[in-house]
Amino acid sequence: MKAIVWQGANHVGVETVPDPTLLLPSDAIVRITSTAICGSDLHLLDGVIPSMDRGDILGHEFMGEVVEVGRDVKTLRVGDRVVVPFNIACGVCDPCRRGLFSACDNSNPNHRMAEALYGAVSGGGLFGYSHMYGGYAGGQAQYVRVPFADVGPHKIESDLRDEQVLFLTDIFPTGYQAAENCGIVPGRDVVAVFGAGPVGQFAARSAQMLGAAHVIVIDRVPERLAMAQTAGCQTINYEQDDVLVALREATGGRGPDHVIDAVGMEAHGHGPGALVDTAKQRLKLSFDRITALRWAILSCAKGGTVSMPGVYGGLIDKLPMGAAFAKGLTFKMGQTHTQRHIGPLLGRIEAGEIDPSFVITHRASLDQAPELYKTFRNKHDGCIKVVLDPWA
Amino acid sequence: MPVAERSMVGTLGLALMGAGLRSARPLQKIVLGSVGAGLAAMAATGRNPLATALKIRQTPSGDVLVGDAVTIGVPADELYARWRDLASLPQLMTHLQRVEVLDERRSRWTVSAPTGEVSWEAEITTDEPGQRLGWQSVPGATIDNAGEVQFRPAPGGRGTEVIVHLTYRPPGGTAGAVLARLAGEEPAQQLRDDLMRFKREQELGFAPTTDGQSSGRANAGGSA
Ligand SMILES: [Zn+2]
Ligand SMILES: [Zn+2]
Repeated sequence: MKAIVWQGANHVGVETVPDPTLLLPSDAIVRITSTAICGSDLHLLDGVIPSMDRGDILGHEFMGEVVEVGRDVKTLRVGDRVVVPFNIACGVCDPCRRGLFSACDNSNPNHRMAEALYGAVSGGGLFGYSHMYGGYAGGQAQYVRVPFADVGPHKIESDLRDEQVLFLTDIFPTGYQAAENCGIVPGRDVVAVFGAGPVGQFAARSAQMLGAAHVIVIDRVPERLAMAQTAGCQTINYEQDDVLVALREATGGRGPDHVIDAVGMEAHGHGPGALVDTAKQRLKLSFDRITALRWAILSCAKGGTVSMPGVYGGLIDKLPMGAAFAKGLTFKMGQTHTQRHIGPLLGRIEAGEIDPSFVITHRASLDQAPELYKTFRNKHDGCIKVVLDPWA
Repeated sequence: MPVAERSMVGTLGLALMGAGLRSARPLQKIVLGSVGAGLAAMAATGRNPLATALKIRQTPSGDVLVGDAVTIGVPADELYARWRDLASLPQLMTHLQRVEVLDERRSRWTVSAPTGEVSWEAEITTDEPGQRLGWQSVPGATIDNAGEVQFRPAPGGRGTEVIVHLTYRPPGGTAGAVLARLAGEEPAQQLRDDLMRFKREQELGFAPTTDGQSSGRANAGGSA
C-alpha cells in the first residue's frame, strides 16, 4: 500500500510499504477513505519530537471502512464505516474507566521509553506519533491496523460526508475539550484563544457553543483570523498590536476569564524570551517554545483558567509563575480524551449545530502530501487544514 | 558507587528481577538515537545513569533493596494465586529461566548466565493468602536474596495495590562472570517492567504490541 513515511527531520515521503495485518485478536484493519495532516504532525516534520525512526508511517486523523476484524472484536463488523480516535486506549484500566482515555495505563508498549524521556509515567499510545507514544503505525496510508478495536472506533451510521465527521478523530474534540476545560459560565465569560490554527478554530467555536459571552482569537496569519471572524469572533493580530494591551482593552482591563493556548511547543513570537526558547530548542536543550503560554498566563483574568490543548514535550522555564499565583489561575491540560467526546459531538453535527468541514482549505492525494506538509507548515497558500484521499 | 560495583548491582538486578534483554534493546536503540533530547531531559532532571544507579537503596546490613508498586483492577485473591503459582513466574519475570517447586515451601530458581545457568534454592517465609507472599534464599545460595509481595485493596474499588520489595547481597564468585555482558541493566526498571507486564496480563490478557506492523523499513512485517 501507499503510505506517508517519516524519513528524518524535514523529510516525509510517499512510499510503498507492506499492507498491515492483524497482530492481536483485538485488532481491526481499516481501509482509509479520508485522512488529514494535523498541526502536531508539523512537530514531527520539524524533528522536535524525540524517538521517531526512519520508516515510521505518519498520521493520526483518519476514517474509513472496516475490512478485517480479529476474533476477539465484538462491536465492529466488516463493512462498518468508522472514525478512529487518534489516541489508543484499552478501555479497562482505571484511567479508561474514568473516561481519561488518553491517560490509558496499558496501550503503550513502550511506556518505559516515555518514562525515561519525561521522567514520569507515560500516557497511552498514539497513532503515528513516535515510539515513546507506542510506535504505532499511523493512518496517512491506504490501510491501518487499529488496536483495541472495540474501544476506539466509532461507527458513523448517518449519511454525513467524510469531511463532516473526519475531524471527530482529533481537532474537533481537542478544541472542544479545551473549551470545556475552561468551565465557561454561559452569558458571562470572555474566552481568548491563542492560535487560530485548526484546533484554535474549533476551540473558539466550541467556546461559543458552550455559551461564552465573547470570544477573542489571537494569531498573525490573516486568513486564519478571517476564518475566526466568520464565526463572529473578535481577532487580534499580535504582529500589529501589543497583545496584552489589546486584551485588556477588549475586556475592560480584567483580561479574558479563560485563555486557551492552542499553539503549544512551537510558538512563534518575539522578545528575549522567544529568542532564548528558540535557541534552546535548536540546541536540543529544550523541546518547547512557550511564548503563547506566557501570554496566556499574563493576560488571563483573576481566578481564570489557562486551558492548554497545545502539545508540550518537556521541561520549560521562564514561566510567569508569580503572575499565575497572584491571580489564582487554574491550569487544565493534556491529550484529548477523544473517545468520550465523539458521540456527543457527532450529535451536534447531526443536529446541524456545526459543520466541521469549514476548516478545510486543501484537498489532495497522498502523493501530494509531502509538498502539502511544507505548505501547511509555512502557512502558504492560505493553508489551514489539509485532507488527503489515499485512493486519489 | 564504583562502576564495577554498579555493574554488579545492575547485573544481579537482572538476574533477580529482570526484564528481557529483548525488550531492553528497542529502548536503548531509540534512546541512543535521540541522544540529544534524552541527555537534555536527564540533565534537566538531574538524572543521569550514574545518578540513577546511586539511588539504589541499601539496607543497613549492605543488602541492595529494590521496591515498586502497581495498581491492578483485579481482586487480590486472583493476583495472589497467580503469584503463588511459582512455576509460572518465569512468564512474568522474563529473566527467570525456570522455577521448580520442590515442596510446599521450597523451590529452585534458575536464571541463565553467559557461564551457564545459575540457580539457588529458596523457601517461602510468609504466606498469607490474598495478602502477602515472602521468600528467601536458603543459606549457601549462589545469590543471597529475599523478596516479598504484598496485595492490598485499592481505595474506591480500583482493584488491588501490589507492592514488591526485593533485597539481595552482591556476591563475588560465580556471578562475577555474569557481570561483563549484562552490565548496565537497572534492577528498578526491570522490576517496573515486570509489574507492568503483570498488570497487562491481568487486566487485558495480552501485551500490546507493534511487533510485525508495517513500516517503511526493510523487513517490516505485514504482507506486500
Ligand atoms: Zn492531531
Ligand atoms: Zn486503558
